[in-house]
Amino acid sequence: MAAGAAQALPDVSPLEGGARLALAGDWTLAASRRLEQKAQEIVDFGRRSTFVTIDLSGVSRLDTAGAWLINRSRRLLAGANVAVVIEHARPEHDILLEEAAYREFPPRARGRISIVAELLSDIGRAVVSSAREFYRGVAFLGEFVSVMAFVATHPKHFRGTSLVAHMELVGLRSAPIIILINLLVGSIVAQQGIFQLMRFGATSYTVSLIGILVLRELGVLLTAIMIAGRSGSAITAEIGSMKMREEVDALRVMGLSVIEVLVAPRVLALVASLPILTFIADIAALFGGMLVSWGYGGISPVAFTSLLRDAIGLNTFMVGIIKAPFMALVIGLIATMDGLATLGSAESLGRQVTSSVVKSIFMVIVLDGLFAVFFASIHY
Amino acid sequence: MTFSERDGSGAIGPHGDVTISVRDLVVGFGDKLVMKGLDLDVYRGEVLGFVGGSGQGKSVLTRAILGLVPTRGGSIRIFGKNRDSLPPAERRALEQRWGVLFQNGALFSGLTVKQNIQMPMRETRDLSPRLMDELAMLKIELVGLKPDAADKFPSELSGGMVKRAALARALALDPELVFLDEPTSGLDPIGAAEFDELIATLQKTLGLTVFMVTHDLDSLYSICDRVAALAEGKVIAAGPLETLLQSDHPWLKAYFHGVRGGRLAATIPD
Ligand SMILES: Nc1ncnc2c1ncn2[C@@H]1O[C@H](COP(=O)(O)OP(=O)(O)OP(=O)(O)O)[C@@H](O)[C@H]1O
Ligand SMILES: [Mg+2]
Repeated sequence: MAAGAAQALPDVSPLEGGARLALAGDWTLAASRRLEQKAQEIVDFGRRSTFVTIDLSGVSRLDTAGAWLINRSRRLLAGANVAVVIEHARPEHDILLEEAAYREFPPRARGRISIVAELLSDIGRAVVSSAREFYRGVAFLGEFVSVMAFVATHPKHFRGTSLVAHMELVGLRSAPIIILINLLVGSIVAQQGIFQLMRFGATSYTVSLIGILVLRELGVLLTAIMIAGRSGSAITAEIGSMKMREEVDALRVMGLSVIEVLVAPRVLALVASLPILTFIADIAALFGGMLVSWGYGGISPVAFTSLLRDAIGLNTFMVGIIKAPFMALVIGLIATMDGLATLGSAESLGRQVTSSVVKSIFMVIVLDGLFAVFFASIHY
Repeated sequence: MTFSERDGSGAIGPHGDVTISVRDLVVGFGDKLVMKGLDLDVYRGEVLGFVGGSGQGKSVLTRAILGLVPTRGGSIRIFGKNRDSLPPAERRALEQRWGVLFQNGALFSGLTVKQNIQMPMRETRDLSPRLMDELAMLKIELVGLKPDAADKFPSELSGGMVKRAALARALALDPELVFLDEPTSGLDPIGAAEFDELIATLQKTLGLTVFMVTHDLDSLYSICDRVAALAEGKVIAAGPLETLLQSDHPWLKAYFHGVRGGRLAATIPD
């Protein structure tokens, strides 16, 4: 069988008659730590005299690691003024010993600085990079708007097929999970509403609670967060890996606009899908609420709808829907921008996807807060 | 015409026992067959050059031998063992006895060159950090990289440097068998010659068995003990280069006696 099957451990033993060492066995990396120990034994033995002969005749196999260690021991002994002679090496081992001749490698340049300094510099770097990120985000938004303006005046550049394909991915395929989640959340809100309001005998107010809460906030917020997690991450990963494999550069050198080809269809698909998804989410949540109100609170569907009609107006519904495209824009821009910021490594891709999701969820909530202030001040 | 080695010499070849033996291999994607009953032997201690037109399936065969592509039929034995029937521990042990240089390097993008080389050592051997550093630097130097490449990330390397770094990683454990998929493509002629020389030296000193896919005629002439040619899903010829040069298979004729091949073939005495 092949030589690797039977292994002989490397060994060192002093020979009769003065400073002679016999090496035996396999001096290969397979012996791991033992190989290093044996090399150290050569040094320890040699240090005791001024002259040592190393006999390699017993060595069955030698690899570069073994050769390197023998050479290193030899050099260490030479440094301690011990003359070393190597004897009975097979011709191929001689070549190997020569290939793996000892050499000094430049030490790794790694400056040690104190933890405090490192901490401070990390904080500084984080601040600078988030400021830069914000600046880049605004610049990216500007670029996007200018490309959109160009596309609007040059309809030939509008990529309809790509837009529809992305709408299917982003919109249609997210619908089931969004329906399910909103159905559940609508039911939970209804159950809690009935349970808490029962004590005041105000069970019927549950319907207003569900209607207003779902239409104004929950429907759009849950949908946006789901889409940020589901589609935003996918967009960042897709564009990021295109960036890693120089596909983005290939687009650029063909004279194509990255924003027009990659960013616009995705962002527009999000902008078009999110309001529709929000509408579906609203319906699902209201339906969930209705079922629970019926089964748990004894409010019949007929009563539920008439109470709901009294509680909400068109504006309640519009408040939610108006927010959707803005949230979609934020999610899409963050996702594509982070994808394009991917560097060469798989690690960087992972980092970008995480940052894209975290940032877009955060921005969605911030945006929601801003809209709440805005709608409150215009009494809408 | 088939000059396949197995016709005459059976399992024992010019160099003794067989390291890789492929029999009747069938590999396909969808309804397209890439390997149609392929036979191949690689003997211990030899450098086998593997040639074939682009897209004929050289990389697919390499990946099939490595167990990365599912096979539809036939057997592959490495070091005399059938990989698929091995228990996991033995399979891992077997996998540590080979090193692989992928066609596009396949370096870990999140690790520096040095960390890439140390990866197999770190995972499978118990070594001191100092020795790992030294061995990695030694390998870096052996494959012809400058020491300052050690702390670079793969995305910061040139195409040729990626090849060299990937070779250094393939050789990290001083394996008995190495698979090289086009090691010299993307290297300048001087670098390619150094590459050949390094592989020849390692083969001589470590008794390395080399399975090398290459389009580099110089490598074929200078370091390959035997050459196998792939076409239409089969090995159409295998043997010393001289035998292949005399073959009248049309593809081989075009390959070795075409514009490029002819120039080199002319320098080889028949
Ligand atoms: N994952 C895959 N799915 C489908 N077909 C594949 C796959 N991988 C390879 N192929 C096909 O198998 C054939 C052989 O490909 P392979 O990469 O092995 O070529 P090659 O001989 O290495 O060529 P080159 O010299 O250009 O590297 C090609 O026709 C390729 O299209
Ligand atoms: Mg290939």
